[in-house]
Formats: sequence, C-alpha cells, structure tokens
Amino acid sequence: MDVLRITTSGSVDDGKSTLIGRLLYDTKSITQDKMEALQAASKRKGLDFTDLSLLTDGLIAEREQGITIDVAHIYFSTPNRKYIIADTPGHFEYTRNMVTGASTSQVSLILIDARKGIVEQTFRHFFIACMLRIPHLVVCINKMDLVEYDEARFNQIVEDFQQLLKGSFYENKTVQFVPVSSLYGENVVTKTDKISWYKDKPLLAYLEEISFDEDDRVHPARFPVQYVIRPKSEQYHDFRGFAGKVSSGSFHVGEEIVSLPNGQRSKIKTIEKFEEQRPSAHAGESVVITLEDEIDISRGNLLVTPNDIPEGRKEITAQICWMDQQKLTAGKTYLLQHGANRIKAKVQQLHNVVEVTTNVVHDKTEMGLNDIGKITLKTAQPVFTDTYAANPANGTFILVDEFSNATVAVGFVE
Amino acid sequence: MSSIQWQFPRALEDEAIYILRETAAQFERPAILFSGGKDSITLVRLAQKAFHPGKIPFPLLHVDTGHNFPETIQFRDWLVESLGLDLIVRNVQDSIDQGKVKEETGKYASRNALQTVTLLDAIEELKFDACIGGARRDEEKARAKERIFSVRDEFGQWNAKIQRPELFDMLNGKINIGENVRVFPISNWTELDVWNYIREENLAIPSIYFSHEREIIERDGMYWPYSEFLNTTEEEVPFRTKVRFRTVGDMTCTAAVLSEADKLEDIITEILAAKISERGARIDDKRSEAAMEKRKQAGYF
Repeated sequence: MDVLRITTSGSVDDGKSTLIGRLLYDTKSITQDKMEALQAASKRKGLDFTDLSLLTDGLIAEREQGITIDVAHIYFSTPNRKYIIADTPGHFEYTRNMVTGASTSQVSLILIDARKGIVEQTFRHFFIACMLRIPHLVVCINKMDLVEYDEARFNQIVEDFQQLLKGSFYENKTVQFVPVSSLYGENVVTKTDKISWYKDKPLLAYLEEISFDEDDRVHPARFPVQYVIRPKSEQYHDFRGFAGKVSSGSFHVGEEIVSLPNGQRSKIKTIEKFEEQRPSAHAGESVVITLEDEIDISRGNLLVTPNDIPEGRKEITAQICWMDQQKLTAGKTYLLQHGANRIKAKVQQLHNVVEVTTNVVHDKTEMGLNDIGKITLKTAQPVFTDTYAANPANGTFILVDEFSNATVAVGFVE
Repeated sequence: MSSIQWQFPRALEDEAIYILRETAAQFERPAILFSGGKDSITLVRLAQKAFHPGKIPFPLLHVDTGHNFPETIQFRDWLVESLGLDLIVRNVQDSIDQGKVKEETGKYASRNALQTVTLLDAIEELKFDACIGGARRDEEKARAKERIFSVRDEFGQWNAKIQRPELFDMLNGKINIGENVRVFPISNWTELDVWNYIREENLAIPSIYFSHEREIIERDGMYWPYSEFLNTTEEEVPFRTKVRFRTVGDMTCTAAVLSEADKLEDIITEILAAKISERGARIDDKRSEAAMEKRKQAGYF
C-alpha cells in the first residue's frame, strides 16, 4: 500500500483547516467522539458552526490565538492509499515550520481564496515548493461558493498563477488547478453540479492517481551507513553488516561498491532485512548489507556504485533557510549533518538573501530567522553530496549549532 | 472495504527502523519505554528487525503503576523471557512510599499522572539519554504536533513552542547533559496500521485485546473494568459481560468496549467501523481539552 505525503499551505483564514477537516469528514475519518468534542469546543468559543480547525490546532497557545504555530500531522486513508498531511502554519513568522512540513512531502497543496486571488503568502509558499522541488503541485481555489461558483473568476486566478510558473521548476510539469468549496464540500471528495463547468476530477480523486515512486529509482545509488552490526555471537561470529536506508537508486547482490571517503572497493555479498535475503534494495528501504571483503567502514561512510561516484567537496555553496533566533555569523563554525555524517563547517561567505515574495535578491551581511539565501561553507573533511537539483536525497544537509545544539539551518547544495 | 485487502504500508516500517538505528548511533544510553501494549510490542519487533542478527541494543523500561492488568504483566514477562531482552521495572508505589507523589482520591482516582514522576526518576537514576516510545500522532491532537526526536529539558518538559525543526529524514539528537530525547519511531502510524502490522507479522499480544468475559461497571456511559483499584459507589454494581480493550493503560483509566471480536481480522473490521476513536476510551484524556499537552509539559511520554 502506498503512502502519499502532502503539505498544505495557504494564508490565514483561507480555509486550510476547513479543507483538511472536509477531507477527513468526507472520507469518514473523524470519529464520533472527536466530532462531538469539536462541536462542544466550538460552542464554548461562542461559534454557531463547528470549527474544523480545532481538529488540527492541537496546542493550547494555538487555540488561544486561533492560529497555527507548528506543523500538525494528520492521517487518513482510502482503500487505495494512506495519506499523511503536514498541516503547516500560514504566518510569515513560522516559515521554518513551513519548510519543516514541506520537506518530506511529494505534493504541495496551495490554497487560494477565490475572492482574494494570489496574495503575498501564495508567493512565499510557491517559493518553498520550488526550492524543495516538491514533485507535484496542486492549487486549490477555495471558497468558490462566495464567488457564485464563477468560472471566469477561477480562470482568472489560474491565469495569474501561470505567470508565476513561468521560468520556475514547475513550468514544464503538470500543475493541477481545482476549484472547491471546503465549507460545503463541493469538489473536495465528491463532485457536484454547482461546478459543472469544471471537467476534471475532484481533489481527492486527483490525489488518488498521482504517481511518484519511480523518481528515486533513476537517481544514482547512495547508501549512508548508519550503524555497524557486529553480533559476535556463536551463531554469527564473523558477521559484519552495514545497516542503513538506501537514500536513492538501487543496490544489487553481486554488484561492486565503493565506500567513501576512503574509496575502498568490494562486492555486495548479501542484502538482508531481518530473516529475509533480498536480491536488491531500493530507495527508501532499510536493510543490512554485507560485503565480500573486510574493508574499513563505519557510521558516516557512504556506499555508492562505481558508475556514478559523487565528488568529495570541501567547499559547498548552497541555498539555505535559516531557522534560528540567533543570526547566522560569517566565520563561525557549525556542525554540518549530511546523511549519517557530521563534519565541522565554517561559514566562508554569505552571498545574498532572497525576498521570497518578489524573488528579489539582496546583498546582505546578515541572515536571521526565516531568511532564505545563499552561502559558501568550508568543511573540515570532504562531503560527498550531489547537487539538490540532480539528487535531492543526497543533496541536502542541516547545520547544527555546536553550543546550543539547535538545528539552525537546512541547506540545498548547488 | 474488506480488512483483508488492506495491506500494511511497508514504507512505515523502513522509516521506523531507520529512526531506531539513528537512536542507537546518536545516543549513549537509550531505552524502550515498554507498557506491554500493542504499540510497544510493535516497537520491540521493529528493534529486532533493525539490529538483526545482532541483539536489541536497548533495555526495556516498564513504569509499573501497580494497577496494571495482570494479563499484561504476564505477557510482558513472557515476551522478555522468550526474546532474551533486558527488562527494568520501576514502581509508582515506590514514588508514593518516598512521598514524591500523592495518591489521588475519590471516584476517579488514577495513578496515570503519577507515573510521570517515576519515569523521570528512572531516567535520572539510570542516565537514559533517549527514551523510545510507541506514541502515535493520530492518537491525540497534541501528539500530532510532536517531533520524532523530541527534546526534553532536565525536568522532562516538552516545550511545543521551541521545537527543533526536523527536515527530510535528518534527525538531530545532540543534547546537553541532563536533557533527554523522547524518540517516536511509529509517529506516522495509525491505530489501523499497528493492527495490520501485528496481523501481517503474526505478533503475540496480551489476551485482553481479544473479546473475553469480565466484571464491568458502567459509569459515564463507559464500561470500566472492575478491580480492587477502582473506587466505586454503592450504585455501581459490577456485572459480567463480553468486552475487549483497545488500549492497555491503567485499570483505573482504560475503558472497555463491548465486543465479540476474538480474532485479529475481527478486531480490524471492528476498528474500521468504530465510531469512537482509540483514545475515546481513555478516561485520562477526558479530563480536559488539553489533558495530553499538559501531561507532556510535565514530562509524560
């Protein structure tokens, strides 16, 4: 069974929580006790309708203020697929949480209020979807009931959005536009004649058909070693297995591998998952690999195939999103975490900061919370990355502050 | 839809194994928080898979409230014995005897909240820097907000407003001495995923999950298991009926559901049709809208 991960984004009050509530309600994923709790909470707040956003705003501070602060993960299933929705905050000050929620998603669902059209937040969300190269983009034009289900209004917003797509990562991809009314459940799960001019499928039917899992197989083979399994038991006296999750591509028994950074070579003897022997392992699978030869491999090493070996770099230029209250300091040393590897890295240069709503690039000397910009890092040892564009799974890293231990940035290698 | 057609999404198993290996690699002294319930049984299976053919590199820590179902304790001891695991037990009764916590009184008295203190003491005493728990984000709305590596301060407190961003699958387990991390490998699983996994993996579970006859009292529209630990009023007369449990908590705060389901297939069919959520049968969650968040702020897992 498939798992499809979606990130939803939209401005405050454009009906994001209602849309999620509607997806859950219409797929019968809200149980009676949760529904009753929602009704009671709505009543306590003096509302004359059931506020579905109370379903996802799980923190006291969120309910107090009526805003989403942090990512909530929400689940529902159809007989076809399991869905994980990362419901991310709409406010500018939580951009880092937006990136957090979006980072694991295959679909970016952007909500637009049909009355307002494209607003500042739309640009911000679109920028993040492009930066992360999220494979699929769905633009939901909501509150169609408030514009009398007007086809011309829908077409106008689509046209405006097409302008955004020009020159972006999405230009040559299929981007789906869906008109909906979350409040009345029009075109979310079921299609009604109110939007009869829309000939395509309702939102859920579209999500059901998205295919995504082929992408990783064409990428080069990468296996970061997480943990060495060395039982030293009577039964497995000489066993030495390398545990990890294939980050991209595929590995096969009998195939030659190269271990980085030392460049030593061997052949794959077995690929195992628990008591099962596998002929191969593909992107996303957690397995144990054993090799023909006794070569020196430990956590942080990267196994690759000889046909495509990433270059070890000691200087990395990357687009980063800064996620900490404390500003980025040029010349300061951070820990760079790439796969299972942690290396000291010094910020050599801060090139620029992007104004994400306008795409305007500024030369700046500092970078603060929620800023996105380009930097160059110098690392203590070579890092074996791909570029994010060529292979996202091996082209990202995080920066960790050595003193506060905080995750201060995410980087996309250029 | 037929429950048999419903397959467990194996991508979730790969993700959980990856998280367990990161935990073993990034921490000095991790432990699995084990209650004997279906989620922690699933964790044990995943840990077996993550480190096979090696041993599970974590001990199990059970915080025993003293009000557990006897069937669960029996199961716990059997599992530990048959898989050769290390089990550490710490008792809420000891915390009471030491005067660190006070037993609740009245009709709704439960030891559920008290176990946080025992847990935090155990973490300090045994110097655990990572505690692996079977919490799932679908259980409760505060849990839906928590990270997979959830950093807790030296008082075990969760601060939802300053959570570390968690990007892609990169987990940052760096902490200061005294702090600890709660690790949730099955965050992205739902109740149904756990049941399907148990079915597909053929895992043994405590007998109280299956339909059985038991002494029950009815209170507030729920079916409470009758035991010496439950404070009952004169009007609350126990009667025998066929029930099962959806979660394994304390006997004083876990309600039963009327059920004839005595096979995993039937349990799954029942859950698919259920109108009440899993934690709808947890009396501890009904205390207030933010019951779980408040418990987590205090150090609960």
